[in-house]
Formats: sequence, C-alpha cells, structure tokens
Amino acid sequence: MPEKTADKVELPEATGTASEATAPEAGVPASAKARSLWSDAWHDLRRNPLFLVSAVLIVLLLVMATAPSLFTSASPRDADLAKHYLQPPNWSHFFAADWFGYDGQGRSIYARVIYGARASILVGVGVTVAVAILGTLVGMIAGYFGGLVDTLLSRITDIFMGIPYLLGALVVLTTFTERKIWVVILAMAFLGWTTIARVARGAVVTIKQSDYVVAAKALGASTSRILFRHILPNALAPIIVVATIALGGYIVAEATLSFLGVGLAEPTVSWGVDVSTGRQQLRNAPYVLIVPSVMISITVLSFLMFGDAVRNALDPKLR
Amino acid sequence: MTIIDKPADVPAPRPDADSGGPLLEVRDLHVEFRTRDGVAKAVNGVNYTVSAGETLAVLGESGSGKSVTAQAIMGILDMPPGRIPKGEILFRGEDMLKMSEDERRKIRGRKIAMIFQDALSSLNPVLSVGYQLGEMFRVHLGLSKKEAKARSIELMDQVKIPAAAARVGDYPHQFSGGMRQRIMIAMALALEPDLIIADEPTTALDVTVQAQVMDLLAELQREYNMGLILITHDLGVVADVADKIAVMYAGRIVETAPVHELYKRPSHPYTQGLLDSIPRLDQKGQELYAIKGLPPNLTRIPSGCAFNPRCPKAQDICRTEIPALHPVTEQDGTELPGRGSACHFWKETIHG
Repeated sequence: MPEKTADKVELPEATGTASEATAPEAGVPASAKARSLWSDAWHDLRRNPLFLVSAVLIVLLLVMATAPSLFTSASPRDADLAKHYLQPPNWSHFFAADWFGYDGQGRSIYARVIYGARASILVGVGVTVAVAILGTLVGMIAGYFGGLVDTLLSRITDIFMGIPYLLGALVVLTTFTERKIWVVILAMAFLGWTTIARVARGAVVTIKQSDYVVAAKALGASTSRILFRHILPNALAPIIVVATIALGGYIVAEATLSFLGVGLAEPTVSWGVDVSTGRQQLRNAPYVLIVPSVMISITVLSFLMFGDAVRNALDPKLR
Repeated sequence: MTIIDKPADVPAPRPDADSGGPLLEVRDLHVEFRTRDGVAKAVNGVNYTVSAGETLAVLGESGSGKSVTAQAIMGILDMPPGRIPKGEILFRGEDMLKMSEDERRKIRGRKIAMIFQDALSSLNPVLSVGYQLGEMFRVHLGLSKKEAKARSIELMDQVKIPAAAARVGDYPHQFSGGMRQRIMIAMALALEPDLIIADEPTTALDVTVQAQVMDLLAELQREYNMGLILITHDLGVVADVADKIAVMYAGRIVETAPVHELYKRPSHPYTQGLLDSIPRLDQKGQELYAIKGLPPNLTRIPSGCAFNPRCPKAQDICRTEIPALHPVTEQDGTELPGRGSACHFWKETIHG
C-alpha cells in the first residue's frame, strides 16, 4: 500500500515535466494534462503560502482532536488543588503539563487546551457538515423545482434567517437539560443552514438553465440523476467556500454559547468552557482565560484562511 | 412458453423498422409561451413526418419555431411558460404528448436523441467525457463501469476522435469545437436511437469542420438507418445531406419539397427570397439581395399570411386569409410528390 500511494503522488509530477519538455516541439500547450476545475484549484493551492500554513495548522488541530494523548501525558481532568492551585505558566517547559500553568482547580491548562480541541473541532466540523447537507438539499430542491416549492422553501429559509443566531441557539439549548456535543451540534445546525440554502439555490437556478442540463434531460436522465450527478458537482464550489468560512464562525459560536453557560458544560473539556471558568480568575490569573482564547483564535483564523484560499482558487475571476 | 418466446426475441434488433408507417409524425402542433407582452405563438400548426433512414431538414430564421418544435418533440420545453394547446406528436403511432413523464423519459436517449448547437455548453464541464458517454450505458443499459468505458472508447472511435482510448478521461474544454460536437453526436448515438434531432449541429463550428461533422452525421445515419431531423438556418448545410426540406416561417411550415427541387424551383416567395440572398460568385460586385423587413413579433403575428409585410408579391387576400399548405403541381396539373406551398400565389411563384 505505501508504495502504491507513493507512485500516485509521483505520477502528476512526472507527466507534468514530460509534457513541458515536449511542448515546444509538439506545439501542444504545457497544460495539456487533464485539468478540471478541481485540479486547477489544487495546482493554485499548492503554491499558496496562506493555504499551506492554514492546512498545516488544521491538520495539527485535527490530530490533536483525534489523538490528544500524542501531545501530552497529563489528563485534563486531574485536579490537585494542594499542589497546583493557579500555578502560573512555565514558558520554558515545552509540552510539559505546567507549560501554560494550572487553573483554579489545579488542572493542567496545557492538557485541557489539547483535549479541548476535540469538542471545538467536533462542533465546528459537525455543524458545518450538517448545515452543508441540509442547506444544500433545501437549496437544490427550491432552485430546481421552482414555483410553489421554491416560494415555500425560500420563505421558510427567510424565517430561519430572521431568528438571531445566538439568541435562537440560547433558547433552543436551554430546553435541554443534558447538553452533549451532538445536542449542541443539532441546535446550531437547526438555525444555521439558511446561508448555504440560499447559496445553493442561487447556484442551482443558474446551472439548471445551462445547456448540459437540458442535454442530460434530452438524453433521458432522471430528475435525481440530473440533480445529483449533473447539477450538484457544478454547484459544489460556492457551497464549499461558504461552508469552510462558516466553520470558524461555528467554533466561535460554540465558545460563546459555552461561555454563556448554555453550550457545552463540565465535565466536557472545551475551550469555551475553559474561557468561561477562566473569567472568574481574570485579574490574578489571566492566562487561564487567555490560553484557550488564543487557541480559539488560531483555529478560527486557520479555517478562515483555508476557506479564503479555497475560494480564491475556485473562483477564476479572482486569479 | 419460453421456447415459443425465444425465436421472436432474437432477430429483432430494430423492431417494426419495416412496419411502413412513419417513425415520427407531428400533427397540427401548436406551442405558445406566456410572456409579459402577451402570448407568443411560437409554433402554429406544424405538420411533418420522418421515416426511418430519412433526413428532414427544417429550415428557418431565428424565431421561426424550428427549435421549439424540436423541444416539444423531445419534451424538454420549459412548461410553464411554454404550453402546447393543440397538436399530436406521434412516435411509431403513439402520441407522446399523452404519455406519462416516465414513459417519455424512457423514449428520450433510447429511441429519440438530440444533438445540440453548442457542444461546449451542452457537455457537463466537471465530468469527464468518458463519464458522460459511459453514463448512457450505465444508466440505460445497466452496464458496469468497465464495460461502459470500453463502449465509450468504441463510440469515440466511431465518431472519429483520434486516440480515443487516451482521451476518454479528458474534460470537455480540452477538446476542440469539432471534437466536442463529435462527442455530442457520440452521446446521441450511444443507444442507437431510431431518430436523432440535430438542432443546428454545425452553427458553432467553422466552415471546414462543418463539412466534416455533416458528413459524419450523414454516414452514421446511413449506417444505423436512423431518421434524422436536421434543424438549421443554413441553406448550404442541408443541400447534400437532406432528403426533404420543410421551410418554416413564424411558426408555420410555408413550403415542403424534396431537397433539390426546392433549390431549383422554389414555390414560396419566402424560400425564393432565402435562395436569392445566398451570395453568388457570378454576381460579384453587385448588391446582395436581402428580404426586406424583420421577422414578425410572435406576440403580434400579422393577420393573413405572416409573411405578407415583407413579401414582394403580397395582394389584399394575403392580408386577410391565412393560406393553407397547397399541394404544388406542374403547370399541366401533374402532381409533384412531397411538394407543398402555403402561398396564395404559389403558381405564379413556381411557374414564373
């Protein structure tokens, strides 16, 4: 298996140089190799430092979320008030339990920050995926069928758009006594799908008039085939862009909700929860609040940069 | 039971191809569109028939209703705003307008296929050519991916795309205009339909490639013994390929004729005008003839013959009475099969 993947990685490089070498003689443009919108975008992205930095950060965060024990041997829930009550950071102890100090309950802030990545990223990614699926479905159906269906779905979208996001989530979440991660994800997705529905609808309305959709219909394609095989791949680019940019916003929203006490709650380890507890010791131990806040900022920033880079690569007009 | 069934199944690749009746018959078809300025009557009583192995060229200006007729046959009209208030479209004797959407979908692609004008925009930009060709086999015939790919390459070979096996994974924008149109043709041919409708298949191509594509289309049509409806506004394109021509104006057929007779002796002033406006080498230096005026606004078609405001032969009767499609005869009354003219003065037009 490893050898096989290595081969695959080498291949485009090899053919790329080969066609470049023969191009002047054959009179074939150097980019004669198969290039779709996506391979073009990938070509651009590989050379974009903004993308590379954000991608590395995101990969790091994802590893953190899936295998936090790789980064620390300390447990985020071990509390030793006698030894560690508000012990300040020890900046030179890289990757040690006391690197960022201890919080008011004597828990390692470094360990909590590492373990907190899972909740934040799970919520961010979960809400984004849920929102993308729901929004795309609603938008596609509204855009493709038009007429009464469109009117109905668009008005429902408007209604949901009219609900203030945080206030709405606050109301929904207070009705749950036990706030597990999936409850928070569902509550946020329930209110957040509208933007993507609009984007998807707009894209589908344009695409459904294109000749290749008419051609597919004329050659006997069924409605579902037209929708999912011919329209969806063409509508995907704007949806992905909006979704990746929104992802950062969902992480912030989760932190905000946790801070307000209606999002995730102890014993779940999350950055929002830590910011919320850090607030109480802000004056004598600001690092308890600052460290998880910085993590949130870094995460959001990397997802925003990532989304931005992807948008630039997918939109030929911005090149 | 099974033994009796078997022999009937085997030698029938093209059922009732020799049943005699026409493949497609359009009867008194009307199509209208609701617009802000009123009802636009795009097609007003079109009749034509196509048999297997026959090529019908439908000729007309933009807005004459030729493409709308084709869309109505394919069932890809946008309804609303489009509407078919009247008419029948009989495919092998069955009225397609009365069929369910599902039945019609089964005919599309399998029995009747369409080739579009602009192959670049008619091919999905994000799917490879091989995928789109293979889709025909996978969806309609349920072939596996591998078989579908092999058949796609075979098809691409058949429409004379060089290095088909190497190019099957390429995307539409990587092909030249002529090659793209060949791919479009290959897609239409994939399931060996009985009838192909080609809607201005060469308009987006340059002249040298036009000839190649037309030749290819004609060759494949002979090979498969298909019916072909060729929609065009280019008199030059049809001359070599078509068997018969129907000239359309303002949603009506104004003249029908076997192809060469139409060129020799037009029997409708509109056809005559079209033929006169072809640039000719022996008239070099002279002013080019053009039919005066503009095609009528379809929401306000002139009363009587729709062509009367532009017609050099127009009389009072032309402004009040819609001419029927008269059978055209020789001066001595001998019939000219397949000829018809919707002009009150067809005799004067054809016989000088």
